[in-house]
Amino acid sequence: MKFLGLIWGNLKRKKLRTVLTLLSILVAFVLFGYLGAIRQAFNQGIDVAGLDRLVVRHKVSIIQPLPESYKSRMEAMAGVSKAVFGTWFGGIYQKPSNFFAQVPVVPEEFMEMFPEYLLTDEEKQAWLATRTGAVVGRTTADRFGWKVGDRIPIQATIWSKKDGSETWEFDLVGIYEGAEKGTDASQFFFRHDYFDESRAFGEGVVGWYWVKIDNPEDAARIATQIDDEFANSPNETKTEPEGAFVKGFAEQIGNIGAIMTFILSAVFFTILLVAGNTMAQAVRERIQELAVLKAVGYTDRTVMILILAESCILTCLGGVLGLALAWWLVSLGDPSGGSLPVFFLPNRDLLLGLVVALILGVATGILPALQAQRLAIADALRR
Amino acid sequence: MSVENGLLVEVEGVDKVFQRGSESIHVLGGLDMEVPAGEFLALMGPSGSGKSTLLNLIGGLDRPTQGSVIVGGQRLEQLSDRKLAAWRARHIGLVFQFYNLLPVLSAERNVEVPLLLTPLSRSQRKKQVETALDVVGLTDRSGHKPAQLSGGEQQRVGIARAIASDPTLLLCDEPTGDLDRKSGDEILDLLQGLNEQQGKTIIMVTHDPHAAARAGRIVYLDKGRLSSEPWE
Repeated sequence: MKFLGLIWGNLKRKKLRTVLTLLSILVAFVLFGYLGAIRQAFNQGIDVAGLDRLVVRHKVSIIQPLPESYKSRMEAMAGVSKAVFGTWFGGIYQKPSNFFAQVPVVPEEFMEMFPEYLLTDEEKQAWLATRTGAVVGRTTADRFGWKVGDRIPIQATIWSKKDGSETWEFDLVGIYEGAEKGTDASQFFFRHDYFDESRAFGEGVVGWYWVKIDNPEDAARIATQIDDEFANSPNETKTEPEGAFVKGFAEQIGNIGAIMTFILSAVFFTILLVAGNTMAQAVRERIQELAVLKAVGYTDRTVMILILAESCILTCLGGVLGLALAWWLVSLGDPSGGSLPVFFLPNRDLLLGLVVALILGVATGILPALQAQRLAIADALRR
Repeated sequence: MSVENGLLVEVEGVDKVFQRGSESIHVLGGLDMEVPAGEFLALMGPSGSGKSTLLNLIGGLDRPTQGSVIVGGQRLEQLSDRKLAAWRARHIGLVFQFYNLLPVLSAERNVEVPLLLTPLSRSQRKKQVETALDVVGLTDRSGHKPAQLSGGEQQRVGIARAIASDPTLLLCDEPTGDLDRKSGDEILDLLQGLNEQQGKTIIMVTHDPHAAARAGRIVYLDKGRLSSEPWE
């Protein structure tokens, strides 16, 4: 700490240069933080997916339906405690850009299967008592200004009604909160019995199943058992852990993680060159001063550490400011207007950012620091 | 620092050869010198005679090609680079021709620089800095940066930095070389005072006979050899 004044004084030596370098580091970390939030949004659900839940879908594609009768056959298997189905409704609220997922489910089973969707007891009772009742996540409710008691019309794009109508009307009976920060609070759930009785076609089929198992260690065995059970039938299945299912869903767009990593690698490599050049210049300019420090008794190692500390303070300061700015920008909300319902900067990425800033500091400072360490006093004083 | 036979500095058969490409430049050859404790010695000689090189060897800033430098009973060649640095911090005060202050720090912070290596507390360091600045008469300029000080004032800060950790030996390389006569005289008064009143041993390299006249003894260095007579 007692050397801080010396280090800080050197950083202030060329204020404009230091500020410009700091800004370039800051921008890199804003990008790091913001892309981290986007990656998190695409991976939402993976982190909070239950280890004890499997997803069973049609082997060909998720848009191919499965018979409702599979439920009892799966629940009869050893190690399976419950099977709950859902179906993709794909409706439109007011205009196509108002996207959010709508899924018909059996409320009792669904609430038991997904305790992370928090509803009050009154809301649960109201849902069970109202055939046209629906619950929605806080994000979507806030987005459209919905409140409990509202009647929500959804335009069908797949499931028209028996009476030929395309408009489904639901009574909003509850607004759920996510138990965790990463829980998707954008979905809209309504009752399967209302859906099944009212739809013009497809009675008795569902979109997919969530299967709850007793022991997560049996996941692979039970997944194989389920797929074997329905092998060679007209509706063969593909069963995978919920996390893998969500990941596969996100990767339909592309390997988001790899794209982000590529962009950030390019950005940080550029920053490495910029900050490295700044540090190299800063050391070259004060060869004599470093020699004086050594002459008055500073060891080679101390001088090296002072240079490294200087570059680490520069990158960490830029990193902290950049991450703080990214955090603020992310807190302003989803930039896509609803396509990324879970949009936040995870603590894990903040911590990773600080580690990256420190590594960047060492990487940019190490060569000038070694140069300073090797400096011969008498030679340097003569320059 | 122990002093045997009253000698603080003993230079024994020192050679110093610099390598410039394939060329070897012999700066000092078989040089012997003794400096008693408490002496104010002026070292004179033409440019390139090896004065600064000799000063660097005595101060442990460089190592001889051959021979021994003993200061306060310590053979410097026996010390590792790390121990030599610690030894310099404890026993040597350096005053440079161009002051060599750190431009980003105020006068008091410059004086504090060698003290940062000591285990002294912040308040103890502050006290020692104040004392050193008081000795050189710059208490009222302590918050100024080098660029805001005159050459004479900067050299006073340089001397305050050199004496802040109370070293045994002061090595001054042309301390008045960049100053006008008046400022130079003030610096010489200061060095003389440190020698006479505080008993500091001082070795001063100078070109200036007027400055050398303030020393208790003058030795002349020419072509790597010492003599008590001026060179031709």
